[in-house]
Amino acid sequence: MNNTKTESFGVLTSELALKIDEIIQNYQGNSTKLVGILLDIQDIVPKQYIPREVATYVSVKMNIPLSKVYDVISFYAALSDVPRADYVIQLCDSVVCKVTGNTVLRDTITELLGIKEQEATADGKYWLEYTPCFGACDISPAMRINGKVYGHLTTPDSVKAVLDQYK
Amino acid sequence: MSKTVSFITENFGKYDPNSIDSYLSIGGFTATKKALAMSSGEIIDIAKKASVRGRGGAAYDTGRKWAQAAAVPGDDKVVICNADEGEPCTFKDRNILSKDPFRLLEGMIIAGYTVGAKNGYIYLREEYRHLRPLIKSAIQQSVDKGYLGDNILGSGFSFHIHLYSGAGAYVCGEGSTLIESIEGKSGRPRIKPPFIKECGLFQLPTLVNNVETLAIATAILQNGVEEYLKYGTPQCPGTKIISLAGNVKNPGAYEIPFGLTLREIIYDIGGGIPDGRELKIFQLGGASGRTGSAALLDTPYTYDDLHKYNLVVGSGGILVVDDRTRVIDFIKSIQDFFIHESCGKCTPCREGNRQIAKIIDRFVAGTQRPDDLETALRFANIMKNCAFCGLGETAQSSLLSAVEHFPEEFGKTEVASK
Repeated sequence: MNNTKTESFGVLTSELALKIDEIIQNYQGNSTKLVGILLDIQDIVPKQYIPREVATYVSVKMNIPLSKVYDVISFYAALSDVPRADYVIQLCDSVVCKVTGNTVLRDTITELLGIKEQEATADGKYWLEYTPCFGACDISPAMRINGKVYGHLTTPDSVKAVLDQYK
Repeated sequence: MSKTVSFITENFGKYDPNSIDSYLSIGGFTATKKALAMSSGEIIDIAKKASVRGRGGAAYDTGRKWAQAAAVPGDDKVVICNADEGEPCTFKDRNILSKDPFRLLEGMIIAGYTVGAKNGYIYLREEYRHLRPLIKSAIQQSVDKGYLGDNILGSGFSFHIHLYSGAGAYVCGEGSTLIESIEGKSGRPRIKPPFIKECGLFQLPTLVNNVETLAIATAILQNGVEEYLKYGTPQCPGTKIISLAGNVKNPGAYEIPFGLTLREIIYDIGGGIPDGRELKIFQLGGASGRTGSAALLDTPYTYDDLHKYNLVVGSGGILVVDDRTRVIDFIKSIQDFFIHESCGKCTPCREGNRQIAKIIDRFVAGTQRPDDLETALRFANIMKNCAFCGLGETAQSSLLSAVEHFPEEFGKTEVASK
């Protein structure tokens, strides 16, 4: 909650700050749009997360207590307060994808990338996490990479073909 | 012969959802024009006659809801479109949003006009963020053409629609929680009363409807309520979009008339179970819905017929599970989901889910204790009766119904003879 130290972490460059200003501006600085603002900011922060200094910056800019900003960040699954990666891989963990065999997905990714749930590869490229149903049950088993949905992933080759698009 | 129908979904694939001109060319906005020429009471009468029950899952009578919303005093009311389709095995709203967004906007305008609202909010789940540009553009084009905004089509009625994003929280499908989220806060349900119809978003009287419910309103006004009532059964007229998935050959969202049997839905529309397997479990209405066994497959899909067997329509999700999955593993998967999604506000849901999960884990491992099932059921019933919101009240529906339909899987006969 120390506003004077926001620049000591190094993520919040002046360039990023300008972009954040623009996002807040796009939402007219409206505090009811905090969820959408944070989602948009997370998209442009490297490694797709909300660092402490960014949260503090938003808190000051929008005149919202930092505790309230963190109430939102920590509550919603789509917002992360830990660094993830360039490509965030989300495996659907719902019962639908379970009964259609999503273990192939998980095993293939773990084998190809060497990461398990809530882990990033050493080069910071890929992050793996489970997520509840994202409504792609008609093409289950499915995963999302940076928000884009891929389905019918029933074989290791089909999973690899998708990952190959994210080099 | 196809058993699916096309009433709510009649525009799917018929026009370019990116273009309002394309929508107008197939008769778009005739429902809005008709509505604006009617009184609020006349529209409510039509809604009551259609007896459409809310399609988000709670199945509340839409005509009644609209009548109550219209009766609340106040000249600044709000209509919210709940597009937070988070129920696992439910993706029908995604189809409406992506294939016919203008029909949804019309439904909001009609609802707004009927209840006397000035503003509409679409709460779109984060998982559907790829649809944001499409919906934003549909709103903007409607404003540009005079179907949204001030003094719509010279009627004197003004209505604005705003698009808000969720951020991956199942509980935000609950009306008051969704409102908290639109207000920029974490998603935890509010205590009622005051009811949101009187004091909802920004303390204003608020009407919350599901995407499909609003789309039906448009379809009914456009085609006439008699057309809608031709479908279905006399007791349960109309159509419903179902989301069929799991171990079926043809998963997908289908519009069906009420009254088809589950067998017709799963085997004729869905093509049956792949790989020569047998159906073991089906679950209706998503994770908060209830499960059934193959013995119930000839039950007609109507609210009343399902109710006889303690089943629900819910969100319209129909999940088919074959005999490769054990009932207890299925239940564990559902339980994991609710552990993740419980917001933690009330003790029955927060602690109940945790304690039941421990017991389910023991069942999965085969190390359950003699009184485990009894304890789990007791906790489940406490949650059902005492949880703060719908999430906690229905979180154990799967377990309770699974024990009912598959007692042997829980060693129930042994418990009974003990």
